[in-house]
Amino acid sequence: MNETTPTLLVNDLRFSYPDGHQALNGVDVVIRRGEKVALVGPNGAGKSTLILHLNGILNGGEQVQIAGMPTTRKNLPQIRAKVGLVFQNPDDQLFSPTVFEDVAFGPLHMGLPEDEVRRRVGYALAQVGMGDFAGRLSHHLSIGQKKRIAIATVLSMDPEILVLDEPSAGLDPRARRALINLLDELPLTMLVSTHDMLMVRELFPRMIIMDEGRVVADGKTAVLLEDTTLLESHGLEKP
Amino acid sequence: MHVNTFDRYESRQSAIHQLDPRVKVVVTVLFIVANALLPDGAWLAFLAAWALLLFVSGAAQIGLGWLLKRSLIVGPFLLAAVTVVFTLPGNGLAQWQLGPWTLVPTDAGLLRFVSIFIRSWLSVQMAILLTATTQFPDLIHALHHLRVPNVLVSIISFMYRYLFELANEAGRLLRARESRSAAGVNGRSSSGGSLFWRAKIAGHMVGQLLLRSFERSDRVYNAMVARGYNGRLLTMNPHHMKSSDWQLGGVGVVAILLIQLVARL
Repeated sequence: MNETTPTLLVNDLRFSYPDGHQALNGVDVVIRRGEKVALVGPNGAGKSTLILHLNGILNGGEQVQIAGMPTTRKNLPQIRAKVGLVFQNPDDQLFSPTVFEDVAFGPLHMGLPEDEVRRRVGYALAQVGMGDFAGRLSHHLSIGQKKRIAIATVLSMDPEILVLDEPSAGLDPRARRALINLLDELPLTMLVSTHDMLMVRELFPRMIIMDEGRVVADGKTAVLLEDTTLLESHGLEKP
Repeated sequence: MHVNTFDRYESRQSAIHQLDPRVKVVVTVLFIVANALLPDGAWLAFLAAWALLLFVSGAAQIGLGWLLKRSLIVGPFLLAAVTVVFTLPGNGLAQWQLGPWTLVPTDAGLLRFVSIFIRSWLSVQMAILLTATTQFPDLIHALHHLRVPNVLVSIISFMYRYLFELANEAGRLLRARESRSAAGVNGRSSSGGSLFWRAKIAGHMVGQLLLRSFERSDRVYNAMVARGYNGRLLTMNPHHMKSSDWQLGGVGVVAILLIQLVARL
């Protein structure tokens, strides 16, 4: 992989669900190394469907490439190590009895030796500021803590790109602020699906607007947020 | 429902708490199986088994009152054994007329029932001690390392994790129902409607729970696959048997064997 290979390349991706509903109508996205990009759009625009393609839970084949590697069945084990996907509900993301086991899950299934797994768990928990929580039981945590640990569960896999679905939904102002600061500090390529336009303005220099299975706008956040006609025609509001 | 409803762990710094969970699981299972094998009316052996139990609970710094209260849970299950009092052949102790039936409690039946009562009560207390002195995740690890089939261990592990979510989900449904089950404006209709209507609503709620759990299982599976799960659940072993583990485990097994000996001499 050379410097010009995009971290994420989605090329004319189409997808319809078994019930015939066309969720993606030819989506094109290119994200380069180090970019932090917001993905916005109304409910049902196809954001979640797109996200499920990025690590091959839904099969995008050659249409989706991570650091130059197509998401074909053969590549999936490597793809899943490269794409850190965090789902919206942390109770779905944290399925092990203890925090340690959840953060260790990814590295263990990548086949890393136990010492390395332990090192990565410590590092990932420290990165999200939850270093003392390794031995805690997942169901005893607050939602803000769960969200941070959910991010640690993929940081421990040392991903090329972090993909988050609605990270700030359901958080109180303090937990939301802490999460925004965390995302700001993480030195990673990021694609974040969200309805939180204030966070988009603060955190993401670039935003992608999706509606009805298409990318309808892709550009500088500062510019797009001034275009009230565009925002309103896709059910969005200027923050 | 509070999340701690299911957590039975009592945090202490005792030797029993420090013991390797595998030792605790093996000794507990042995104790329960050995208990079941004790013959009826082996009073001395029952007493010895109880002494062992008292010794363990003392070493674990678990209060007797606490243990007794928890052990009340055997009550409902004992009802199933009440019939032996009347069905086992033996000398009749009395004659009770119950409508068209005549019930005759026998001495052999009573002996059997009391023995069953003591055996199950002792067994349940030992199991309660196990969960009170071992964190549940450690128990799951112990089962894993004792070669309990992977599928079973996974099921227990997920059940433990999501029992709390399920209980919370059910609690939210109940609360939503409560807050919309008002009495009629003129106070005529009873709160919540007819019995049939309420039963129907309860049925819908159970269905809702099932569907939500089903959808959640899909999302959890996606989250697992996203982190590299490919059908084999891997965990790390945080436990190492120390010599004290072997020794205490050995003492437990010998004590259980001695109780069997006492019962058969």
